[in-house]
Amino acid sequence: MKLTLKIWRQKNATDKGGFATYVADHVSKDMSFLEMLDVLNDQLTEKGEDPVHFDHDCREGICGMCSLYINGKPHGPQQTTTCQLHMRSFSDGETITIEPWRAKAFPVVKDLVVNRSAFDRIIQAGGYVSVNTGGVPDANEIPIPKTVADLAMDAAQCIGCGACVAACKNASAMLFTSAKVSQLALLPQGQVERKTRAEKMVAQMDAEGFGACTNTGACEAECPKGISITNIARMNREYFSAVVSSDNM
Amino acid sequence: MILDSKIPAGPLAEKWTKHKFSSKLVNPANKRKYDVIVVGTGLAGASAAASLAELGYNVKAFCFQDSPRRAHSIAAQGGINAAKNYQNDGDSIYRLFYDTIKGGDYRAREGNVYRLAEVSVKIIDQCVAQGVPFAREYGGLLANRSFGGAQVSRTFYARGQTGQQLLLGAYSALSRQVANGKVKLFPRTEMMDVVVIDGQAKGIVTRNLITGAVETHAAHAVLLCTGGYGNVFFLSTNAMGSNVTAAWRAHKRGAFFANPCFTQIHPTCIPVSGDHQSKLTLMSESLRNDGRVWVPATQEIAEKLRKGQIKANDIKEEDRDYFLERKYPSFGNLVPRDVASRNAKYVCDEGRGVNETGEAVFLDFRDAIKRDTRKIIEQKYGNLFDMYKQITGEDPYEMPMMIYPAVHYTMGGLWVDYNLMTTVPGLYALGEANFSEHGANRLGASALMQGLADGYFVIPYTVGDYLAQLAPTKVDENHPEFARAKEEVKQGIERLLKINGNKPVDYFHKRLGKIMWDKCGMARTEVGLKEAKADIQALKKEFWTNVKVLGTNEELNQTLEKANRVADFLELGELMVDDALNRNESCGGHFREEYQTPDGEALRDDENFAYVAAWKYLGEGKEEELVKEELVFENVKLTQRSYK
Repeated sequence: MKLTLKIWRQKNATDKGGFATYVADHVSKDMSFLEMLDVLNDQLTEKGEDPVHFDHDCREGICGMCSLYINGKPHGPQQTTTCQLHMRSFSDGETITIEPWRAKAFPVVKDLVVNRSAFDRIIQAGGYVSVNTGGVPDANEIPIPKTVADLAMDAAQCIGCGACVAACKNASAMLFTSAKVSQLALLPQGQVERKTRAEKMVAQMDAEGFGACTNTGACEAECPKGISITNIARMNREYFSAVVSSDNM
Repeated sequence: MILDSKIPAGPLAEKWTKHKFSSKLVNPANKRKYDVIVVGTGLAGASAAASLAELGYNVKAFCFQDSPRRAHSIAAQGGINAAKNYQNDGDSIYRLFYDTIKGGDYRAREGNVYRLAEVSVKIIDQCVAQGVPFAREYGGLLANRSFGGAQVSRTFYARGQTGQQLLLGAYSALSRQVANGKVKLFPRTEMMDVVVIDGQAKGIVTRNLITGAVETHAAHAVLLCTGGYGNVFFLSTNAMGSNVTAAWRAHKRGAFFANPCFTQIHPTCIPVSGDHQSKLTLMSESLRNDGRVWVPATQEIAEKLRKGQIKANDIKEEDRDYFLERKYPSFGNLVPRDVASRNAKYVCDEGRGVNETGEAVFLDFRDAIKRDTRKIIEQKYGNLFDMYKQITGEDPYEMPMMIYPAVHYTMGGLWVDYNLMTTVPGLYALGEANFSEHGANRLGASALMQGLADGYFVIPYTVGDYLAQLAPTKVDENHPEFARAKEEVKQGIERLLKINGNKPVDYFHKRLGKIMWDKCGMARTEVGLKEAKADIQALKKEFWTNVKVLGTNEELNQTLEKANRVADFLELGELMVDDALNRNESCGGHFREEYQTPDGEALRDDENFAYVAAWKYLGEGKEEELVKEELVFENVKLTQRSYK
């Protein structure tokens, strides 16, 4: 396959940035999208040009480090992470546009690399159960109905990649935040801090500059892990019941 | 030099309890006067950082990823072992201990392994309390499954994403301590060196991966939780960034490196598809509970298959060789990883491999789907099947999966004593970064157990014992050793940037990987290893004259990061080969073709090799010195491992 790549290049956070065009030939359909970029980078290096910087690590769809906004969609045309996207999803001669995540709360670091530490701060605001190591009950003393455990697991599968934010026209982080709020609100372990958690995490999300949710559902459609927007509804319920009844904030 | 493992005296079951009691304690009001550095935020690092911060120590946590949640523990699929005996099927702490010692082919310490089994039960309690959504039965209690090499069901799991859920649990505990101000996080920061003052670890040198700033950090103790070195093979199931740099630099500062040649080749990975391949993807071992491993009975049929003249499903039952079930009737497809991998290699070497490259065997779910229905199989393995389809383009519900062994885990690592302390006082190694619990072969679902055992339940006691012996005064960062170590790091970076050769970093990494895989991989020979040593030395020379690293230090420079790591892999590779050459026996993942039983199983030599091979760095270009720690077995009898 031979492809034309239009890639966002930006030297650093303050550089204005712009698109550069490259030709990738000898692309095999069995390559992953990132392997295609590896080959491009080796070619650029041999020519003495700065390779394209992008985030990636596990390359098996679970660490959430890879990003890339490909042809107007986060993680490209398939509902998967970019590292799991393979070139068989594209056709010979195609032009592919590659951009970083675009969101105020995810500033560009270089080329296609963005800073997603806002997500860490949302978790730090309350995405945990406050238990210290040791001194906890035997695991089977907390029975949890299978259906509830399964729902919690559905929410807990979020990999924190930020595709939901990149997909949203408001750059909202509601899907990410609600996945953690839901997981812990569903489980008995999360009950004690249920109200403060919802309040604090939502407040942090707003403070980071993420936008509001207008229920377009784009986040769910693009989420590589299929996190459902019912989590957003659950978080809204959690949040409203918390603000009208708690004295925490 | 005699290596003191510091295993406490007394009966096996009482060692840890006694040791905890005899460990010194730091007064609660004094804990805030001690600083601890934790490098790496995987299961071992995140759990250690959180637990130490909860106790009151000041913790600095470092990771090279953009967030601590991305450490490679996240990719562990299958599960975590614990001797809960919730299933009433005969499990116990002693049985988990015994299985781990035996599975490791009697090359691990009894005391350490028993402690691991003992604390395993507390890990599950801790994770459940954090809200980790483990799989459950309809009655609401925890579900278990059996896992490669075990005859009891002691593996706890969260679908096929157990590592993810456990790591997110530890990450949440860590995040809570960040919010409390007890942990300061340094993401996108790589450890470049350890600062050793008067023989004790007192800090580290780091590089900020965004700005390139080289900085120093002082502390009373340094914990390396930096994972394994499987990426020395270039292709492995490790994340792209997984590296040996932190451990290797510590090694060069005096920490002995133990059993470097003990690497685990995982039997169930998606086969290589071409030269562009950047990593290999694991298919969880749990698949072997229901999948049957086979190849065609004859070369002729395999040949037709490879040419695409027939499909797997066209091959009649009598023409299929379920080789693991045939050779190991009592364990069948559930034999330990080393045995499963080696046998896959044998049948492929015989010309019975099933894909274009001839390096793949089938893992077939046809019979399981017939027996249990597709729905049940989907519930158990749905995400793995989807992942397989995504990568290969083939549907494993319809066609058998193709799998082949790949480098997955490294049992070797920094030598540590019972306290997890390396040979440098104040410098600890936890999780995969140390060598201690898995001997020559790790059992499935035991890596997560060890990482969390070390971080949650061992280090809080043992590091306290060390700190209690130090004065509660700040470590002086103005000590000239800090400046010197920093300067050396800067010079190392400059040296790489100045080479300006012709070949990209990966060119060298791929070549190193091929040498290691061919000659220090699943099967090793004296001749091959000697060739490998010469090849690596030549490659190293070429690297330092011809690698091309563009850009500067003062920016995000992923090429420079990689070059820095590959430089260390080149040195480590040579040590692995030395270690494999020294060990004139076969055990676990280390298979020397010269040493095998008549039916092709690993032939141990307990008389001469029941020791830990710890290597001491003696300087640039010098052969390392071998220091032996004899292994003492007081409780288990060494036997030939048999899974027949």
